[in-house]
Amino acid sequence: MITRSGKSTRYVDSDVLIIGGGMAGCGAAYEARYWGKKLKIVLVEKANIERSGAVAMGLSAINLFLGLKWNENKPEDFVKYARNDLMGVIREDLLYDIARHVDSTVHLFEEWGLPIIKDESTGHYKREGRWQVLIHGESFKPIVAEAAQKSATEIYNRVMITHLLMDRDHPNRIAGAAGFSVRDGTFYVFRAKAAIVASGGATHIFRPRSVGEGAGRTWYSPWSNGSAYALLIKAGAEMTQMENRLVVTRFKDGYGPVGAWFLALKAVAKNAYGEEYERKYVEEQRKLYGNYVDSKPFPTCLRNDSMLREVKAGKGPILMHTEEVLNTEEKEKEGWEDFLDMTVSQSIVWASQNIDPKDRPAELQASEPYVMGSHATCAGAWVSGPEDLSPKEYFWGYNRMTTIEGLFGAGDTVGASAHKFSSGSFTEGRIAAKAAVKYIQDHSDFAPHLDDQYIKELKGEVFRPLETYEIYKNVIVRGSVSPAYLYPNQGVLRLEKIMDEYCGGWGQFYTTNSVLLNRGIELLGMLREDLPKLAAENLHQLQRAWELDHRVWTAEAVIRHTLYREETRWPGYYYRSDFPALDDKNWHVFVNSRYDPYKGSWSLNKKSMINLVE
Amino acid sequence: MPSFIYVASCDGCGQCVDICPSDILHIDKTMRRAYNMEPDYCWECYSCVKACPQNAVDMRGYADISPLGHSVTVARKPDEGKISWKIKYRNGQTKEFTFPIRTTKFGSIKSPAELEIRAQIDDQLLSHEPEIIGAVEIPVLRGKLQ
Repeated sequence: MITRSGKSTRYVDSDVLIIGGGMAGCGAAYEARYWGKKLKIVLVEKANIERSGAVAMGLSAINLFLGLKWNENKPEDFVKYARNDLMGVIREDLLYDIARHVDSTVHLFEEWGLPIIKDESTGHYKREGRWQVLIHGESFKPIVAEAAQKSATEIYNRVMITHLLMDRDHPNRIAGAAGFSVRDGTFYVFRAKAAIVASGGATHIFRPRSVGEGAGRTWYSPWSNGSAYALLIKAGAEMTQMENRLVVTRFKDGYGPVGAWFLALKAVAKNAYGEEYERKYVEEQRKLYGNYVDSKPFPTCLRNDSMLREVKAGKGPILMHTEEVLNTEEKEKEGWEDFLDMTVSQSIVWASQNIDPKDRPAELQASEPYVMGSHATCAGAWVSGPEDLSPKEYFWGYNRMTTIEGLFGAGDTVGASAHKFSSGSFTEGRIAAKAAVKYIQDHSDFAPHLDDQYIKELKGEVFRPLETYEIYKNVIVRGSVSPAYLYPNQGVLRLEKIMDEYCGGWGQFYTTNSVLLNRGIELLGMLREDLPKLAAENLHQLQRAWELDHRVWTAEAVIRHTLYREETRWPGYYYRSDFPALDDKNWHVFVNSRYDPYKGSWSLNKKSMINLVE
Repeated sequence: MPSFIYVASCDGCGQCVDICPSDILHIDKTMRRAYNMEPDYCWECYSCVKACPQNAVDMRGYADISPLGHSVTVARKPDEGKISWKIKYRNGQTKEFTFPIRTTKFGSIKSPAELEIRAQIDDQLLSHEPEIIGAVEIPVLRGKLQ
């Protein structure tokens, strides 16, 4: 029998603690070592850094590269593009900052050995679209992980961080983080002078379209469980734009990427009857969403909206006409590599269903919603911007510092800063790490102190699901039905059902209203109350239990933000049927929230959207 | 069950267990071989397939999506910097592709500890900047900022 009393506790001291070893975390490790040659840099990763995070499988494109060296774009152009795509609400200081640094990251990747495809005539990187460059990216993550491995003092694989730890003497100052080894059950307490949360966004908040084995085939990785948000929310950090969940249009079931097909191969999507539909509803859209319908390119959420209107009208399936563009061997290879580098499943779907894209079109579908901060969406923490760019409302001393002293964010963790993708997330890790090193230098007299009594209680809480199972398992003959406890997978299914049905999942055509949302909040509250009754038979299930905990907290922020914003800002991501129009007069603002961990209450407010680029 | 393990080939080395990002491959204590204990948390990312030295790990498409009779197999060769795929359709049609994966040797990245710091902690430059972007300074936002 494994009980909490049998678990050893291990304390690890660090200067910079990095939580999460995906793109952002690896960028943070690299830059922290550059600026902090003698610092102790510790990186903690839930899986194995070699293949962890959303880029574990690989990528077929880098979606953000400006081409400053070749005068291809200016940072201002990127700010305008991302602002339009997010329907006008975005932190321009954060976007500009990513844009001016992201090229250095991409050139570094190439130097390290990432094969970036070149345009033979110019020698520049070959463009997929205005911002995208094509790569042979199967080993993107192992390459980036190698840079982090060369940089960090210590890397702890298979340790899941469950909680951030505040300083005993300064309640709004980070002092470290705690978690457990998924392999041997050691309770880890990391002490740190500064910490960077570089964890993942969230899948399995909303019910996925495939609910059998295929539940694992979410577009965004199933191991992304919202630690990027839950760790911060539970510690009392201010969050922003959590309502801005993402729905992506992808090849049906495999969720294979469409970027190369649309942008590079110029394939066209049409309805079941061969009609193009993207601009078909533009006048109806204009009445509801104003001049954003004239943005070029047409915003991602509005493209979804056009497609959803068409499907609702009974004109589905929507088909991507791959057969019209795969006219050379080279193009066929390019199309397949798009999948094999990053979504092998789509190849399996097509092979198993005898779909050869050379011969026939392939179905597209809108995905279940995801919560992320790095793609065409911007949920996350409210952070300080850079000193030289940010107005005073957006600046409090250190770039990418959250509202908790000494706690920084990068990648999916940072909100109101969309379209970072892999390269921008790595870049944001670098930016945050430089600021964290500066923070440590500026506060050289600080040593973190933890509250020993709290650590002891926390250890009990972290391992409680194992104990709950041992205590109650013999109440029933066998099986998974117990009145005393809930298994993590049972809790995930309840969460997905609540969010799908009350917060605008695919089952409701992404539509909700205040009555539904309030009921959803009530049911989510009961799920949160049930979390202390989670049971785990082993350490793997203990990991699933804490992933569920983080998902539930993330979901609660999403649903509360969705209720607060009384408009439909991103049609195609979600609709408020009681406020069906975009309302710039009242809602051209950020929606921020804070959970008070001492009072156990949420508060929400509006923050101004300050325009920096014309 | 997305990834699965052939009993005749697996020797229980655990490399798939070690790499799986979803922590769903574990060693069965009776069989002393790996198995996928939670197929509905499998992303079909192929990390396990690529890591297996015995070619014992394979993929069968999600049961709720994929008719049987297909296969997508892979040989990743880090020393040669390439990866090869073979796709077999349900109807027997096959396609083969080979792509590069890296232009330098695995393990060749230099630690940033070896790099000289040339900018200031208080300025806006990151490591390698601004030379790496072919400029003398990084872009500056001019205009509206108060």
